[in-house]
Amino acid sequence: MTSQSRLRRRTFLATLTAVSMGLAVSCAPSSPDVATSPSADATAASPAAGGGGSATLSGAGASFPAPVYQRWFADYNKENPGVQISYQSVGSGAGVEQFMAGTVDFGATDAPLKAEDRAKFKAKYGAEPIQVPMTGGSVVFAYNLDGVTDLKLSRTDYCGITTGKITQWNDPAIVKANPGVSLPDQPIEFVHRSDGSGTTYQFTNHLKAACPEWTAGANKSVEWPVGTGAKGNEGVTAQIQQTPGAIGYVEYSYAKENGLSMAAIENKSGKIIAPSPEGGAAAFEGETIPADFALEVPDSANPDAYPISGLTWLLLYPEYKDTAKGEALKAVIDWSLTTGKAAASELGYVPLEASLVTKVNEELGKVK
Amino acid sequence: MTSISPGSEETLIDSSIKFQPERLINQIFRWVTIVMAVSVGVILLWITYSLLQIALPAIQAFGLGFLTNSTWNPVEEIYGTFPQIYGTILSAFLALLFAVPLGVGVAVFLTENFLPPKVVTPIAFIMELLAAIPSVVYGLWGIFVFLPAIRPALQVINKAFGWIPFFSTVPGGRHLFGASLVLAIMILPTIVAISRDTMTSLPPQLRQGAYGLGATRWETITRVLVPAGLSGIIGSVMLALGRAVGETMALAMLVGNANKANISWFSPASTIASLIANQFGEASGLQKSSLFYGALILMILTLLVNILAQMIVGRFQQVE
Repeated sequence: MTSQSRLRRRTFLATLTAVSMGLAVSCAPSSPDVATSPSADATAASPAAGGGGSATLSGAGASFPAPVYQRWFADYNKENPGVQISYQSVGSGAGVEQFMAGTVDFGATDAPLKAEDRAKFKAKYGAEPIQVPMTGGSVVFAYNLDGVTDLKLSRTDYCGITTGKITQWNDPAIVKANPGVSLPDQPIEFVHRSDGSGTTYQFTNHLKAACPEWTAGANKSVEWPVGTGAKGNEGVTAQIQQTPGAIGYVEYSYAKENGLSMAAIENKSGKIIAPSPEGGAAAFEGETIPADFALEVPDSANPDAYPISGLTWLLLYPEYKDTAKGEALKAVIDWSLTTGKAAASELGYVPLEASLVTKVNEELGKVK
Repeated sequence: MTSISPGSEETLIDSSIKFQPERLINQIFRWVTIVMAVSVGVILLWITYSLLQIALPAIQAFGLGFLTNSTWNPVEEIYGTFPQIYGTILSAFLALLFAVPLGVGVAVFLTENFLPPKVVTPIAFIMELLAAIPSVVYGLWGIFVFLPAIRPALQVINKAFGWIPFFSTVPGGRHLFGASLVLAIMILPTIVAISRDTMTSLPPQLRQGAYGLGATRWETITRVLVPAGLSGIIGSVMLALGRAVGETMALAMLVGNANKANISWFSPASTIASLIANQFGEASGLQKSSLFYGALILMILTLLVNILAQMIVGRFQQVE
């Protein structure tokens, strides 16, 4: 009896040990710092067409460009099976934090690195971080109004809506911008993002430049004078779709994908421009690019520009211990900015101009 | 006789030798359980300590003014959580307002022979299934089904009773009231399950005695059974309150996340947990510290609820 129960206990213990060891093994290879482990598995891959070699890269950051990054990395992996890139869209703030801590191979952010972060990075790693723009995007006003298909908003209109000065759809200022359209006598429900986001940063960056009465500043999250907050692009979209009379801001690619009605807005030159990748690209035309590529155009003077447009950046280390990683990363970025252009446009992002791509490639040369 | 006794002594010694490992295992088991028990406390202290440590810059910067300030401005780095504390307490209170009568009613209904067991068992089972639904599903259901469905009714209430401050806002797509209703459904299983257990465990003599003295069923329930089970019922309510205060996902999705403390229940609001869920991803520096400060306040709030629960339950047990 006792020996039997002891035996049973022993087998139980053995199983337990086996299970816990299995757990330990499965947990082990998750740290991306370990430069040695993953490449060994991938050597069997066919020689890469683009000279990508083999590497496993991990990145984290901005959610705004996440759809295009994931598409690029997946497409690149199809052509170069040796290079595997995982991207976690944890948000720009967390992306920068992980990049500074060195737990990822690259970071991604919607707002250029702050001077203090640069200084901190330099103190820790002994060199400047490398920041390169990857793509641009626009933020649009999406709305839900029965019978109104192409809403136009003048500066007074959208500044008034976001600051709470205009509260009814049939406000004279909105009627004036939409001649011949019958606007309902309905309260405006403004929907903003409740989570911190690069989309909010671009949106408020524009409001700060364009609206004299906007006092909340520009940031990934701000203190909103009016409206209700919803989490994520999907939350804002859901709320707009369900609430007649709602208007909110979402990123263009998201609005396009979900078939939301988007308002055309007045730009700095007084022209009413509907959102489009061309309009977004026009916002960056003729701008001089600073050395750190931190180009921000909160309110483009170009008459063809859709004014709420911004860039998004990747953050790279100046030196990679595993040279294969550095080389692979360079190859991926180059591929994304050239071959990947079509995929970006398809998703509603603004591809970078050729001249900017050349500059980015020069900058990438610094990566060791 | 004499020949047997040494034999039995031998077997005793034998058996004690045999059972030596058992004793060792007992010892090990004892220590393992002690370590487990202590580690619960250690983990709690550890969490509190780390919260405090990260929250420290915010505590130094804002002090207790954090509790009364209504600004949450990441641009100028001024933070206060009065609207969130207000929203947390009000949403939990409203949820209890709906869930307690309903939950206790269901518990009484399920225990007092109104229905044959064949019908009661499935109802009880369904109530317990409600507890198994993840809160994100409640949130999605709230967004896509529940809130749009109740909107017309709330608009009618607003038109008719708009002069009452609580109903003074025209209900939009998201509001505290709708979020509280969903919260009420979420905490219902807790109240029902524990109240029901209390009611079933009441001594049958109570019921028989009441009937024997000529009390009606109604009198038996309201005058004898519910008061007798009150400590359990209040315990269930307090547990539910604890859940309501800390509920995150569903509220983040439904409450409207507006940083304003509004007297009207139909206006969008915010809670501490929803604020943390929303802003943590992109927060750094003082904003992150402030979110941790908020978490600390939430923890203290939950602790107060639990202490209150202990006190109330203790008092009612003395009455019995």
